[in-house]
Amino acid sequence: MTTAENELKQLMLASQDGDAAAHRALLERLSRHLRAYYKSKLARTGRGAAEAEDLVQEAVLAIHLQRHTYDPAQKLTPWVHAVARYKLIDFLRRTRASRADVPIDEADDITAHDDHVGAESSFDVRRLLKQLPANMQCAIAAVKLDGLSVAEAAQRCDMSESSVKVSIHRGLKALAALIARRTEP
Amino acid sequence: MKTDDLIAALSNNVEPVDRRLVGRTVAIALGLALVAALGLVFAGLGVRADLATPRAVTFLFLKLAFALGTVGAASVYLTRLARPGGERKISLGLAALPFGAIMLLAAISLGQAPSSHWDRMVMGDQWLECLISVPIIAIMPFAVVIWAVRKAAPTNLVQAGAFGGLVAGGVSTVAYALHCTDDSLPFVALWYGGTIVLCTLAGAVLGPRLLRW
Repeated sequence: MTTAENELKQLMLASQDGDAAAHRALLERLSRHLRAYYKSKLARTGRGAAEAEDLVQEAVLAIHLQRHTYDPAQKLTPWVHAVARYKLIDFLRRTRASRADVPIDEADDITAHDDHVGAESSFDVRRLLKQLPANMQCAIAAVKLDGLSVAEAAQRCDMSESSVKVSIHRGLKALAALIARRTEP
Repeated sequence: MKTDDLIAALSNNVEPVDRRLVGRTVAIALGLALVAALGLVFAGLGVRADLATPRAVTFLFLKLAFALGTVGAASVYLTRLARPGGERKISLGLAALPFGAIMLLAAISLGQAPSSHWDRMVMGDQWLECLISVPIIAIMPFAVVIWAVRKAAPTNLVQAGAFGGLVAGGVSTVAYALHCTDDSLPFVALWYGGTIVLCTLAGAVLGPRLLRW
């Protein structure tokens, strides 16, 4: 087992337990791997860096939302690779490229390279947020963008704490769907 | 938006997650699927009248062994397929094992009988009822199982859909076995096995449409 696999797996386990610092470190490291992965895959189909950055953010959001589906009995690298590849194929299908364009690759490809050169993605989360129902908007803006605690957000949005949590989860899912739909033909 | 800003936002107030949620959701769905299928058979078709006779019990046991074996293997794999990358941990051979076993038993049973009985052994009395009932009983179980898989993140939608269909078809034959009075192994192999395969194919076709995330 490689050191990258070990370190990333430890971060993921801590993140699953609710450790915010580990979660952030995990997403930061994975986003660099994802950037290198998507740039190299998209270069072969003649697409640019901005599209790669959109995909990086879609995959980061997916990893955040689906982190409960990682089974600690398995390696983390194949899990991340499966999410990254699923989002790539979904993107290519949405943009009417044929699946034959997707190069065959191995799970280790995902941690093979690192790319720090972050670009802006083509969407603005705050603007997309406005398309969501009011309770989801309020909960996400309070907790995720303004950094309030769940209790503070519950007060600001006039909701119970558990419905703040549910609104955040559902809202981020809806947001991910909006991001994906933007590139629908 | 910058990726670092997105990550910073997502890292505010990280909630712990339940690692067992995927397995538990599939297990709950399996329970609900069984209840729905049994309910439909009890209410719509009725349990076979001769259930107390030793012959009926023996064949019911054989049918249930086949159906439950199929459901057991398929639901373990479905739980794996519900997670990203789970398709790497699937053995199609093991999932097909109950089918291989029932076909072998059917062949032995045919081999021991005179060929004039074969037609009756394979077609039984109610092959048409079986062919129609099993897929219909499987609809509700399929819907519940797909709901469970949608709560997770399958990355091979054809396989996840197919195993969803396999589980639903298996659950449906568990319930149908309580009604069915055709007691011959070739009948079970062809009509139970065949309808489960139909459900599996339907699941494979529907998977990519129903399971996208």
